[in-house]
Amino acid sequence: MQIKESPEVYDVIIVGSGAGGGMATKQLADAGLKVAVVEAGPFFDPADPKTMTQLKWPYESPRRGAGTDRVFGEWDMAYGGWEVEGEPYTQAEGTDFWWYRSRMLGGRTNHWGRISLRFGPKDFKGKTRDGHGEDWPIGYDEVKPYYDKVDKLIGVFGTNEGLEDDPDGFFLPPPKPRLHELFYIEGAKKSGIPVIPSRMSMLTKKINNDRGVCFYCGQCSRSCSVYADFSSGSCLIFPAQKNGGQVKLFVNSMVREVTTNEEGKATGVSYISKDDRKEYKLKGKVVVLAASACSSARILLNSKSKQHPNGLGNSSNLVGKYLHDSTGSSAAGFIPGLMNRKMSYNEDGVGGMHVYSPWWGDNSKLDFPRGYHIEVWGGVRQPNYGFGFNPNDFNKFFGLKTGGYGESLRDDVKKYYGSVIGFGGRGEGIARKENYCEIDPTTVDEFGIPVLKFHYQWSDLELNQAKHMQDTFEELINNMGGEPLGEKPGREQNYGLLPPGKIIHEVGTTRMGNDPKTSVTNKFNQLHDVDNVFVVDAGPFVSQADKNCTWTILALSWRASDYIIEQLKQQNV
Amino acid sequence: MDRRKSIQTIILGAGASALAFHGCKTDQVEGDKVVSDMEETKYFGRTPKELERIEKLKAEQLFNEHEMETITVLSTVILPPKEPHGGPIEAEVPEFIEFMGKDIPEMQTTLLGGLMWLDHKSNTEFGTEFKSATLDQQKQICDEICWYDTETSLDEQPLEIQFFSLMRNLTLTGYYTSKVGIADLGYKGNMPNVWDGVPQDVLDQHGVAYDPEWIAKCVDQSTRGVIAEWDENGKLLT
Repeated sequence: MQIKESPEVYDVIIVGSGAGGGMATKQLADAGLKVAVVEAGPFFDPADPKTMTQLKWPYESPRRGAGTDRVFGEWDMAYGGWEVEGEPYTQAEGTDFWWYRSRMLGGRTNHWGRISLRFGPKDFKGKTRDGHGEDWPIGYDEVKPYYDKVDKLIGVFGTNEGLEDDPDGFFLPPPKPRLHELFYIEGAKKSGIPVIPSRMSMLTKKINNDRGVCFYCGQCSRSCSVYADFSSGSCLIFPAQKNGGQVKLFVNSMVREVTTNEEGKATGVSYISKDDRKEYKLKGKVVVLAASACSSARILLNSKSKQHPNGLGNSSNLVGKYLHDSTGSSAAGFIPGLMNRKMSYNEDGVGGMHVYSPWWGDNSKLDFPRGYHIEVWGGVRQPNYGFGFNPNDFNKFFGLKTGGYGESLRDDVKKYYGSVIGFGGRGEGIARKENYCEIDPTTVDEFGIPVLKFHYQWSDLELNQAKHMQDTFEELINNMGGEPLGEKPGREQNYGLLPPGKIIHEVGTTRMGNDPKTSVTNKFNQLHDVDNVFVVDAGPFVSQADKNCTWTILALSWRASDYIIEQLKQQNV
Repeated sequence: MDRRKSIQTIILGAGASALAFHGCKTDQVEGDKVVSDMEETKYFGRTPKELERIEKLKAEQLFNEHEMETITVLSTVILPPKEPHGGPIEAEVPEFIEFMGKDIPEMQTTLLGGLMWLDHKSNTEFGTEFKSATLDQQKQICDEICWYDTETSLDEQPLEIQFFSLMRNLTLTGYYTSKVGIADLGYKGNMPNVWDGVPQDVLDQHGVAYDPEWIAKCVDQSTRGVIAEWDENGKLLT
């Protein structure tokens, strides 16, 4: 079979259409460049009634929202999950890494939590701070202008609190707390834990005439049909097209490798069309990888040639290394004060939390070097599959029997509806060379592309942090007069520390730095080895911080795009 | 239910008094657009592959007629119908259980085995199948298996207790995810609206209050339709 080659030469080929790819598309197309976006999944527009799940009722589906097909429930807007049919990955012995992929235009931005946190000055200088990991080659001051621009372009609600490591920004006003969040604020106050309004990218106020304003259905994970939340397709790629940009979308197109010439420079990409299962080639002056940290590493490692025998950009042997996810440990409590809720009003609010706790501790006095923030959930939410299970389990806290049947079950359900509060601790783990992904030469996916094999172990530093989370959650539940649900996980259960990958913040596989021997990309997300290849997903992250990665992906992708435009102007690449 | 009308009630009625008119207009147009888009189609957001699987499951049969009748009878013993919001039959609970048994096959043995146990028990005690026993007899059987021990994992409790617990869970979740069940529950969400805080009577009931300083930072819903502008320090001007 001959590989089909298109004669057209694009200024830039962007692989992946999530946060990083979307931002690069917007900036590069707005600058007048001819852009090809190659996405492994189908086209997706949150406004299309055929694919829309927003405002669906559970009874519109025979499984009432159960998560059989989609792991976060059947209304969740991610085509994929930790398992993708036909696209396996493997694990080294003793590793339990979970790799989440979403195959669709916009990628994981269609369902993500929209928690939009800037990194602070200390987050870029981890090694200076405590000796662990490595410093970034850039600091907050260099990224700040881009965070500011991202805030204004995309929209994020929050408040300026003047916190050193949770910097101020250009915020839309936050929504008022819900009932359970008032309980949380009270409970946290008793332990001296700060609580501030969340910082999330939903439009509580208009930012332009193209996007709608939030109508508070609480379903951002379903992707908003009026574009009132940030998804990469609706907020970056479609606007780039609407702006008259030259954006050609290649969907259902799975990139195999970056192609190179005799000089070792990139000439474009080859991809497999899922529609006809044939291989195609696209030519471009610049290749921008934004396929997600692990997918981009995979593409680079699979792009072997005479000039790059170890894979593209891998002279340092560090592609795939320093893989790290946020730490995560969770707990929930039954709060009697939240029983017997009046059902007189709609409290869906925005999807996710209206308040949260940024990290408050002093790590120099603790047995773990990095912090975590607390995410809060609860409330009277839309019933879906699983609602009403064990309807009077909480009777046990009142010395009453559990189970039974009959009309009293109706009262039980209503009595306890909305009386649970849950917490997610999301923290920073240390980036380590020993935690990595590599190519598994024994396994290919259904497109014949060699797959990734993962190696990952948590250390005591992450375990100690998870223990601190569990102790904190227990204290918070007590402060609220509540009862913890389930056994508190101890050492044998890793203090509830979830396996790596479960928080879906994997970063670090093509880390940036000034020294080509100890880093894969430079401070402009450009491969040290090949000057016309860039990585704008979370691969170039040196460390994750106790934040979420998306806002930093967006800022750095914008910054890299400015650099690409400049370099093309000067004919340097 | 006239969803459009409910949305207008919510947006223009309760809770909307603080809204200036330009705010309302946008909400209403956007809310209406979403709802009219939904009503034009029978899709529920499935990919072609997902739809195919659902169709395949629907075409299969898990329970025979007798078993379906038994499920229907048992589910109404578990959750008797109540006016005006009906019960498991109105909520299509038996059809839902049939589907879930195929969708999550791990439940099949417990369900099928439990139904056989139920008839065996009823035949032994009363000389008749469960579905034909009197309500009193049915209750006698249920009384023995309806309580579970929260200190022991359910898998370690007798099959009939596991079965009853599963049936209770499926009956309740099936009912409360149905149109009638959601009405019984009183859930008011899944509708375009304008969130402007917890009503005062609810705050009072639960003994909490808003901190005025916090509220001052929150969105003024009367200006939500005005495009945001900031000064150079990030202070919102509009």
